[in-house]
Amino acid sequence: MKTIQGIAHVYGDNVDTDRIIPGKYTKTLDVSHLAAHVLEDLDPDFRQQVQPGDVLVAGDNFGCGSSREQAPLALKAAGVSVVVAAYFARIFFRNAINIGLPVVEIGPHAITPGARLAVDLLAGQVVDESNGRIYPATRLPDVMVAILQAGGLVNYLRERGDYEQQ
Amino acid sequence: MTAQTVTEKIISQRAGIAVRAGEIAVVPVDGAMASDTTAPLAMRAFREMGGTRLKRPDQAFLVIDHAAPAPNERIANLHRLMRDFAAEMGCQLYDVGAGICHQLMVENGHVQPSHIFLGADSHTPTYGAVGALGIGMGSTDLAAAWLTGKTWLKVPETTKLVLNGRLQPHVSAKDIILFLVGQLGIAGATYQAVEFTGTAVTHLSLASRMTLANMVAEMGGKTAVVDTTGLDWPTPFTPIQADPDARYHAVREFDLSHLTPQIAVPHSPDNIVPVTAVAGQKIQLAFIGSCTNSRLEDWHAAAAVLAGQRIAPGVRLLIAPASKAVFDAALADGTVAALSAAGATFMTAGCGPCVGTHQGVPGDEEVVISTANRNFRGRMGNPNAHIYLTSPAIVAAAALTGEITNPAELEN
Ligand code: SF4
Repeated sequence: MKTIQGIAHVYGDNVDTDRIIPGKYTKTLDVSHLAAHVLEDLDPDFRQQVQPGDVLVAGDNFGCGSSREQAPLALKAAGVSVVVAAYFARIFFRNAINIGLPVVEIGPHAITPGARLAVDLLAGQVVDESNGRIYPATRLPDVMVAILQAGGLVNYLRERGDYEQQ
Repeated sequence: MTAQTVTEKIISQRAGIAVRAGEIAVVPVDGAMASDTTAPLAMRAFREMGGTRLKRPDQAFLVIDHAAPAPNERIANLHRLMRDFAAEMGCQLYDVGAGICHQLMVENGHVQPSHIFLGADSHTPTYGAVGALGIGMGSTDLAAAWLTGKTWLKVPETTKLVLNGRLQPHVSAKDIILFLVGQLGIAGATYQAVEFTGTAVTHLSLASRMTLANMVAEMGGKTAVVDTTGLDWPTPFTPIQADPDARYHAVREFDLSHLTPQIAVPHSPDNIVPVTAVAGQKIQLAFIGSCTNSRLEDWHAAAAVLAGQRIAPGVRLLIAPASKAVFDAALADGTVAALSAAGATFMTAGCGPCVGTHQGVPGDEEVVISTANRNFRGRMGNPNAHIYLTSPAIVAAAALTGEITNPAELEN
């Protein structure tokens, strides 16, 4: 996994999964249908503006609410390369890594919209290249690192057939 | 052996080694449930993992409840996929009209005290009502449990809530949990287990314990455990109690003797005020339903307010049973007739309007009063509606008068 570079789209605290993808759009196996409605109620312009590789940045408790895996899937399908937040709601965090959307938790930050970020997943840090600030990330449990390195839980289990003992 | 919380004990038992908060454990799971929102993705992930058969078909459950019956052909086809998968894998499927996933897992005894039970749904902590660890996960984690019979988890820290005192009339488990969500906040228990104990808890019915554990999700909690002292459970079990010197993230005590009816105002379940603070607010849609509050005792509370009267003109009262069993019991004891005569419309047992996928969507600027658990903007399918969350008695009172009503007036 190499460093991911992209432009920041910044949102606030407590962005819940109903705002990431409303429940009425979740009943589908077609991810393009999810991408078409991503963040629709929070920022209707987002899906026009997002470019492949962009970084979604948020405050506290990103992804709270429903356990729908469609939320990280919608972001990934829309082209988001990594989500950086002060901290994540638990199920969202786990879902994102499982489907191979990297997520990085950095605590309180001052990242502003349009900032150019460099996210180093293995070293666990986010560099704001617009001002040189470095944000260290929370360390991931080994099992999550292994899942992320495999590209998600599907690949991890297809390769191994079972969880590796800790 | 060091002192442990209930959660640490259950995980240690299942992992076969003593664990403490913060450690990672791989544990066998006792059940793995998915709904029509999460099962189709889980089934696809399962096949992509190379899965051909479930490790424990007897412990896998599929429930068609979130959009039941199907509102369109796309969802109807997802439901078909679920029926085909269940038939092929030999696992149990609860089809349209059986009820809400969490209600069915408890009502049918699939979840038992001290189980570790996974649900691909965020309200899985509801199983704490029976002293089980219900843990909400996503579709891919659930597929992994179907494949391996196991999951990995980080042993959570525990916040212990000690609730004492005798509740006032018209104050229910819903008021307790709304009050606590207000106190702790929407992220107050993130990554944590929430343990409930105290005399106000050990007197509660199973249904009320489910209401309590259910909204741990609205504090960000990973799981809930309600003290099983006084639990009315049909089969014998060995209760698990925390060691007296167990280590907690926090212990908070509340005397609930003076608690008044509570309500969450738009647009977050932790915006809690006493009902009296918003009395007089006009409403158009009243909803009694959801895994939080649509069991027999909830309907009895609503019927006690409504019986012999009519809901206000211009108000729709929708009721979706938590399960067909709830509906049948209420049919047998006259509650359905009483609520119907008062003007209620009954819907299919299941999630109904709770999640805004189909049926009962409010119009722009309409005000909804609901017994459910979430009032995020857009939750019921329209971002321009306003949702208030409260107990069944208060919802019934609002349906009767057309406005949020001071509970003192229920006395008359
Ligand atoms: S009733 Fe509502 S909260 Fe409960 S499982 Fe269904 S959609 Fe989720």
